[in-house]
Amino acid sequence: MEFKGVKREWNTLKKDADARLKDAAPYVKEGKIVDAKDTVALLEAVIKPGDKVNIEGNNQKQADFLAKCLCQVDVKKIHDLHMVQSVLTLPEHLDVFEKGIAKKLDMSFSGPQAKRIAEFLQEGKLELGAIHTYLELYGRYFVDLTPRVALVVATKADRNGNLYTGFSTEDTPVIVEATKFRQGIVIAQVNEIVDELPRVDIPGDWVDFVIESPKPFYIEPLFTRDPALITDAQVLKGMMAIKGIYAEYGVKSLNHGIGFDTAAIELLLPTYGEELGLKGKICTNFILNPHPTLIPAIESGWVESIHSFGGELGMEDYVAARSDIFFVGPDGSMRSNRAFSQTAGHYAIDMFIGGTLQIDPYGNSSTATATRVAGFGGAPNMGCDAKGRRHSSDAWLKVGDEYGMKEEMYGNVRRGKRLVVQLAETFREKLAPGFVEELDAFALAKNAKLPIEPVMIYGDDLTHIITEEGIAYLHKCRSMEERTAAIRGIAGFTEVGMKADPKMTKHLRETGVIKTATDLGIDINRANRSMLAAKNVHDLVEWSGGLYNPPAKFRNW
Amino acid sequence: MALTTLEFEFKADAPKSIAKEWSHLGVTGSGDLEVLMERKDLGGKTKAKVVTPVVGFDAIWEKMINKFVVENNVGDVSIEINDDNATPIVVYMRLRQALAEANAKEGEQA
Repeated sequence: MEFKGVKREWNTLKKDADARLKDAAPYVKEGKIVDAKDTVALLEAVIKPGDKVNIEGNNQKQADFLAKCLCQVDVKKIHDLHMVQSVLTLPEHLDVFEKGIAKKLDMSFSGPQAKRIAEFLQEGKLELGAIHTYLELYGRYFVDLTPRVALVVATKADRNGNLYTGFSTEDTPVIVEATKFRQGIVIAQVNEIVDELPRVDIPGDWVDFVIESPKPFYIEPLFTRDPALITDAQVLKGMMAIKGIYAEYGVKSLNHGIGFDTAAIELLLPTYGEELGLKGKICTNFILNPHPTLIPAIESGWVESIHSFGGELGMEDYVAARSDIFFVGPDGSMRSNRAFSQTAGHYAIDMFIGGTLQIDPYGNSSTATATRVAGFGGAPNMGCDAKGRRHSSDAWLKVGDEYGMKEEMYGNVRRGKRLVVQLAETFREKLAPGFVEELDAFALAKNAKLPIEPVMIYGDDLTHIITEEGIAYLHKCRSMEERTAAIRGIAGFTEVGMKADPKMTKHLRETGVIKTATDLGIDINRANRSMLAAKNVHDLVEWSGGLYNPPAKFRNW
Repeated sequence: MALTTLEFEFKADAPKSIAKEWSHLGVTGSGDLEVLMERKDLGGKTKAKVVTPVVGFDAIWEKMINKFVVENNVGDVSIEINDDNATPIVVYMRLRQALAEANAKEGEQA
């Protein structure tokens, strides 16, 4: 047999990177250190038109200085970049498209810039690849979206390029590994260059340049919820969730998102949860950011472990002092590697619970609106049934055993199912309906020319919806018709709920597919703020024994 | 803030009035409302007056209060609601809490 390989060079990426590094050499001051004032010149030396470029932007820490500098490069030298980054938060993330420096975008989440992305798409200033989940985008970093140049951010560096990302590690490891091991170039902005690091989070030989930024990187206290703003209605929903779902299924491992609804649940554990005798039976293992509102439950002995996607401003000392609970390094500070946390969120937890803006009669739910390209971050990654899961737990098996379509779908194999729960209201603030016949995601797909509707949680993954009308146990339904009837049955007086057939709703209540607060034995008169284990941020500081140090904007005493 | 006043009348199957002569619950604060209930001989009917800044939700107010009256067999009661943009979950909760309060024995918390 004759082996006929193609004739080509096999190390062109490496050669190209070496040439770029040579062009950048004049800007290196010492070791791998480049002066902040030379950053724009450095970027012009190492970035080429059409490159895939990552600006580290998570939902918390931001490579803000490097983002600003990228906006200042000469568009004649650098243009048509393909930005591959998880979060677009800063105006600069979109300014690069405005200026023509960048052309294409692949991302996960865009929060404050969502409206501008939609406008740029309309105006042809931006081409959108896809809106991913975090884990999905990280996966593509290792397939077809590998950055040629990564602009990352760390807390500290030494002169050899070793990085300390510490408490706010987030996306840095996954970006650097994908970039460097495919012969890309890694530039890090750091708050401080020091002689000795507390620990090495990223080895120096994976980093090409370090720059001490003029100001510390921007970080948002995204997961801090002031208990003073939790309403009686959120307490009611929390009581329904704890009794109707957490207790019913014995949910031990779970994720809580960002909202006030789950903050209320966290603060009800030491009070209502304790009263129901649930300590040790639910909420023992969390995948979430260090939420200050979880402090009372941790201090009351509810929680065994927490792995975090990122840090949270003010929680550094508290977390460091609770190394039995959080993942803390030998130096004493937490490491929060988002890729691992998302992996855990996909495979290793029994429940995802969160909020949404709209749910349709099939159970599809989305936060997409017609004029904002926002994405969903990690929600779809956790808010789905992980089909690759092969370990069992009581909660997972119970949902699987109750699954109304299991014979049709599974045959005679016993399978479990993740609890995917949406906390909704029939009408939200300004009386925007929480249930609609068609999601705004359809209008957005049309406006932004997306091939698929941006749905956050697919209906076939959704197992439960909680509204003031009751809980719908959707997984118990035996057909789409029954599922739609169950959704209409708890959708109140929205257009979706108005179509409910009262006889069918009654039948679903009798068969346990719908349970109201009364069916669950919840005393609605007790749904008030006095049930919360902490009433304000000051109470959280007290619970923490003074270890929680809230940011100034949350200090009102 | 322009306010709308809505007036409705409802009839439950087996109406039963409240224990107290009158009772009051809640605060007209942002996103919340106050409910006043007064025992009145209305031939078993319930009258409701809603003062709200919300426009275009008259039919939903009527349906919500009707559901409350029918499900709880409320009768011979005059209900007054002073609303400040409460969502249905709050209305639902406050009406039920107000009824419990109106039926609580003197000196007893509902």
